[in-house]
Amino acid sequence: MNALNIQDLNVNIEGKPILKNFSLTVPKGEVHALMGPNGTGKSTLAKALAGHEAYEITGGKALLDGADLVGLEPDEIARAGLFMAFQYPSEIPGVSIANFIRAAIQARLPEGENLQATAYYKELYDKMDALAIDRKFTSRAVNEGFSGGEKKRCEILQMMMLKPAYAILDETDSGLDIDALKIVSQGVNAMRGPDMGTLIITHYQRLLNYIQPDKVHVMWDGRIVRSGGKELALELEEKGYDWVKEELAAATA
Amino acid sequence: MQEKPSIDIDRSKGDFHYETDYAYDAGLGLSEKTVNYIADVKEEDDWIRDFRLKALRIFQEKPLPTHWASEDLLSINFDKIRYYLSKGQQPSRTWEEVPDDIKKTFERLGIPEQERKFLAGVEAQFDSEAAYSRMKDNLAKDGVIFVGSTEGLMKHPEIFRKFFGKVIPTGDNKFSALNSAVFSGGSFIYIPPGVKVKQPLQAYFRINAENFGQFERTLIIADEGAEVTYMEGCTAPKFETTTLHSAVVELVALKGAKIQYITVQNWSNNVFNLVTKRGLAEEEAEIRWIDCNIGSRLTMKYPGVILKGRKARGEVLSIALAGDGQHQDTGAKMIHAADETSSNIIAKSISLGTGRSSYRGLVHIPKHLKNCKNNTECDALLINSNSRTDTYPAIDVRGERNSVQHEASVSKVSAEQIFYMQQRGLSEAEAMSLSVNGFINDLVREFPMEYSVELKRLIELEMEGSVG
Ligand SMILES: Nc1ncnc2c1ncn2[C@@H]1O[C@H](COP(=O)(O)OP(=O)(O)OP(=O)(O)O)[C@@H](O)[C@H]1O
Ligand SMILES: [Mg+2]
Repeated sequence: MNALNIQDLNVNIEGKPILKNFSLTVPKGEVHALMGPNGTGKSTLAKALAGHEAYEITGGKALLDGADLVGLEPDEIARAGLFMAFQYPSEIPGVSIANFIRAAIQARLPEGENLQATAYYKELYDKMDALAIDRKFTSRAVNEGFSGGEKKRCEILQMMMLKPAYAILDETDSGLDIDALKIVSQGVNAMRGPDMGTLIITHYQRLLNYIQPDKVHVMWDGRIVRSGGKELALELEEKGYDWVKEELAAATA
Repeated sequence: MQEKPSIDIDRSKGDFHYETDYAYDAGLGLSEKTVNYIADVKEEDDWIRDFRLKALRIFQEKPLPTHWASEDLLSINFDKIRYYLSKGQQPSRTWEEVPDDIKKTFERLGIPEQERKFLAGVEAQFDSEAAYSRMKDNLAKDGVIFVGSTEGLMKHPEIFRKFFGKVIPTGDNKFSALNSAVFSGGSFIYIPPGVKVKQPLQAYFRINAENFGQFERTLIIADEGAEVTYMEGCTAPKFETTTLHSAVVELVALKGAKIQYITVQNWSNNVFNLVTKRGLAEEEAEIRWIDCNIGSRLTMKYPGVILKGRKARGEVLSIALAGDGQHQDTGAKMIHAADETSSNIIAKSISLGTGRSSYRGLVHIPKHLKNCKNNTECDALLINSNSRTDTYPAIDVRGERNSVQHEASVSKVSAEQIFYMQQRGLSEAEAMSLSVNGFINDLVREFPMEYSVELKRLIELEMEGSVG
């Protein structure tokens, strides 16, 4: 199936269960939103899928167009087509954005094939212009000394350059000012289409005004407890999470 | 003996070895007999034979410097080393004349190709002696001398004797004494006044034999207003037994002259690399050491400049990469001996796995001088928690009219950083290479292009090896 298909995923951190039989399917071509209180395991999901070694997958599957990602190295997962925009992007001193993205693209080319520098720079500048990132940033070290919003924009720039089949955006909207939020949303919308599936992790329904999701999921204590359309986000915004909690308590009682 | 064309090939460029017959072999161990053997083979004059014998006594008297340096020095067995090995070849002027097995080695290391591309002259040393030595014709017309040390002392004694052993006295340290006793090979270079050699001169030092010690001796003199860049590269195959490389390099920059000395070593991790390098800068002269130390079991190397004339400038830019089980003990010495002299030291070290790097610096500015400046920066990068790094800056700056700046930093490549890069599709080794290249980037920009490319490639190889 052409989807990011997560089945009964269990993930421990330092022996403690964080994801508990987590299941979710994001078909290619759709945009889903994942919401949920702090500490419920949203970032854990993203990092576990991306192959972070501290996140121990004790059970379940994560299929990317049918191929299981569990057990692969992070770079293999990335090259298989999964991109993650980090909630807290790392700084890489001394490595310019231009060189970093270039190395990432080069890593996807077949052995012996070289990236065309002029075409690369043209595309890079186009995408930077689209995201209103000053061209001076090409020579700045990745995320070093960037403001919170600049880091997030840089994540989206990388996504646009790498053109993944699936992307998980972990709170890309937090730290963005109103204008930046619009610009970044335009970037994500521009990539929307039949060839890409996107999972957006967010706390704010505001983002979903700009990026209309096909589905919204609510996460609680390591799994999805409710799924619905865009209106679910509005409901959450209005009522808060206590409402979900109460419903859940009633259901399990 | 039959040549075995492709034994012992590994990932790294230098790690291969063709069987070779030697016509001259001083045998195992070091004694007066060994020294006399070398002097006999080279048909040296009495003054140089006496110089060697005196050095041998100093070497034997001096203890190993284990009170400050690594105890690992104790594992060098000086009786199990061969101090002189050669096929008896004279350095050829064309690659065609170089004996086949040696030629194949240098071809594989890419030396003839580099020469065609960007070098003004090349000397290629195989174990104890040069196999090839050639310089562009126009340089000879300008009076430039670029020959091996033996040829230098035979044919140009008037210049050779005047400077030989003057910058680094035999007794400077135990290993400079060892080199003085058994030296063979290395370069002798003289650049006449005002001659500016545009392209670099290069020497390539290849250790081919097991249980062997390479002791080249290089002396470079840039006369008034002359300029030269010299580059050395070195490799050895990976043997089980230890190999010793102990060179002495002396530079003399006369008034207004400029010498740039670049090293990119890629020793295999059985090599003890114990090298003494120092330059003497006269008035307004400039000496710059660019030193990249990759590989070896233990490297001890502290290039220095004696700033003897007014306004002389000295610089050491060094990069040391200590891989698993390796120890890079490197640094710099700046001895200010005149007013308005300035020195700059930038040392970057990278420790990987159990690799260990230490920086040892010495900056000396006596009280009576004025308007002297030193800037020292040492930065360490640790990749992986076992790594260790130490800094011993020893800055001795007196007097209020002189200024000194010192900065040191230690940073780590975190697991999160590597994960971030891997998430973009880079392998762990590529991610590490990129971090390392990022760390040394601003320094490498100062290097000639060809060498920065080579250095980048070596770092990539080292990272691939380290993640297995
Ligand atoms: N590396 C780690 N070591 C220990 N505990 C961790 C680690 N990463 C996450 N956790 C714990 O796992 C739980 C889930 O964290 P996670 O970051 O996935 O939450 P989240 O849903 O993304 O929250 P937020 O909305 O605040 O970003 C939290 O209790 C957190 O403290
Ligand atoms: Mg989170």
